[in-house]
Amino acid sequence: MYLGRVVGCVWATVKDPSLNGQRLLLIQPLTPELHRTGKRLICLDCTGAGAGELIYYVRGKEATFPFAPAEPVADSAVVGIVDSIHLKSPQPVSAANLTPRHKKGKR
Amino acid sequence: MILARVVGTVVATRKDPRLEGKKLLIIKPISPDGKDEPGYIVSVDTVSAGFRERVIVVAGSSARMAEGCKDTPVDSAIVGIVDDMRLD
Repeated sequence: MYLGRVVGCVWATVKDPSLNGQRLLLIQPLTPELHRTGKRLICLDCTGAGAGELIYYVRGKEATFPFAPAEPVADSAVVGIVDSIHLKSPQPVSAANLTPRHKKGKR
Repeated sequence: MILARVVGTVVATRKDPRLEGKKLLIIKPISPDGKDEPGYIVSVDTVSAGFRERVIVVAGSSARMAEGCKDTPVDSAIVGIVDDMRLD
């Protein structure tokens, strides 16, 4: 599982029938220190995560497990919303970084 | 799943029989703001996507769960056509 932040969402009318009714979120992967890393990706959502929220997501076939017994065609899904991170080294994560960026008035 | 843009097609006569009748498209990954990213992927089309369309692409073993791709030798499938995107 990986840390990420919800940075947007995607609409699609023409799609695989197994994706009907599912939310598609744009996720920016983050390091444990909450720095951006890697390319943004599209995830299914089973948590109701909102814009700017810190989440963790799962990749691979396991991304369909939260939706069992349905098997949506997906290779990444948001499976949790992060409350807090405790990191001993190398840098402490300040609580201020955990609040969504848009609520701090800047991107 | 990643965002990509359809940039071409692939025609293959000699192929696994389970791929017969499947449309193969060349797609190029893009960022949410529409910029091209490096690399190309050959992907099976399950939603009748067209040239230059922005699409949603599933990779890995999950691609076999796309409609009509059950038990086919496929590791990348186009499963949606993007109408719109919102960046917060």
